[in-house]
Amino acid sequence: MLDKNQIAKRIAKELKDGYYVNLGIGIPTLVANYIPEGISVTLQSENGLLGMGPFPKENEVDPDLINAGKQTITTLPGSAFFDSALSFGMIRAGKVNLTVLGAMEVADNGDIANWKIPGKMVKGMGGAMDLVASAKNIIVAMQHVNKAGESKLLKKCTLPITGLGVVKKIVTELGVFDVTDDGFKLLERAPGISVEEIKNKTEGRLVVEGEIPEMAID
Amino acid sequence: MNKVVKNAEEAIKDIFDGAVMMLGGFGLCGIPENCIAALVKKGTKNLTCISNNAGVDDFGIGLMLQQHQVKKMISSYVGENAEFERQLLSGELEVELIPQGTLATRCMATGYGMPAIFTPAGVGTEVAEGKETRVFNGKTYLLEYAFEADFAIVKAWKGDTHGNLIYKATARNFNPLMAMGGKITIAEVEELVEPGKLDPNEIHTPGIYVHRIFKGTNYEKRIEQKTVSK
Repeated sequence: MLDKNQIAKRIAKELKDGYYVNLGIGIPTLVANYIPEGISVTLQSENGLLGMGPFPKENEVDPDLINAGKQTITTLPGSAFFDSALSFGMIRAGKVNLTVLGAMEVADNGDIANWKIPGKMVKGMGGAMDLVASAKNIIVAMQHVNKAGESKLLKKCTLPITGLGVVKKIVTELGVFDVTDDGFKLLERAPGISVEEIKNKTEGRLVVEGEIPEMAID
Repeated sequence: MNKVVKNAEEAIKDIFDGAVMMLGGFGLCGIPENCIAALVKKGTKNLTCISNNAGVDDFGIGLMLQQHQVKKMISSYVGENAEFERQLLSGELEVELIPQGTLATRCMATGYGMPAIFTPAGVGTEVAEGKETRVFNGKTYLLEYAFEADFAIVKAWKGDTHGNLIYKATARNFNPLMAMGGKITIAEVEELVEPGKLDPNEIHTPGIYVHRIFKGTNYEKRIEQKTVSK
């Protein structure tokens, strides 16, 4: 079973040289720690920064310089600031190559729910609806099952929808999946996880073709 | 032309009960601290606030929520504020949650003199309920209207007495968009200079959009998530 850092590490393998990437809050943020050697990736923060750098040293902390998770950050040589309309302009226009975000539920047709639990949690969608409606490539980092052991990879989302038919790939603690016309296509298993277990924990349509390789974790 | 006012109290003195206001900032970054404090002191009620966030319990718009000055919030993300959530769930506060890009672009549209925009954000979701849609090149878009706001209150880094503004780093966020969107726009700045001191190449908001400007004081610039590396 993968821990949060291993999920982030696996997603980082999807990055390609020259990519502009938007990382959501939570596990997606950790992807920045595992950018493969030898490639250059530019991180977009939707509050108005391209070229997000690491956390500042104590004496470099600037309250006017934060990321979309409200964390203090730094710039890098070549960074650029812009306003929120331009930020979502570049997202809407498809300039951002990859968006990684979390989800509460994903359906086997690519629908995603991640912004509201009626009666319980009403924090809002932030930029998630804009991102999922426009990103060319969306990878979801999520837990496969909830605390009660119920699948979060569903036939149909039960929570309010964030976007319809938008998710392309999912990495959970159990495996890696592509979202296809036939449902969740299992690509890799997490170490020590059987296809049987993944079948049992996936409520949506699952496609298993041939031998499924175990993920290489280094 | 005299846009300079003495302080926040003077800048907001005609903001009336029931006014619709835009307030710049993302989280607590780049918020008009001085004007918020003055509004809390003045006790203006039944306000509609268009702002990406609603502050935290004891800072930013959260201070106005504590005093029950806000009738309605139009925001994209309102976490980090327990009093907000309580007022929302109890029905005391009206809240319209809209996608962040939609919020930004609806402010921009106002300042660009455009009545509406089409965006794909929210198609097929609760946000789309009752809204007009249109298909362009096979993709569905929502019609979203430009905002109408009686006042816009923004925070900039530097400004001159003509109202030209420059923002700093990610404290820019919604500020230039809202600066364009108010019938009356109030700017509070950290440095207020004479015309000619700012390089025209570097102006983010041209002064034509700004009606009142003052030098703010005692900026706390509270950090929500202080993260450091070794």
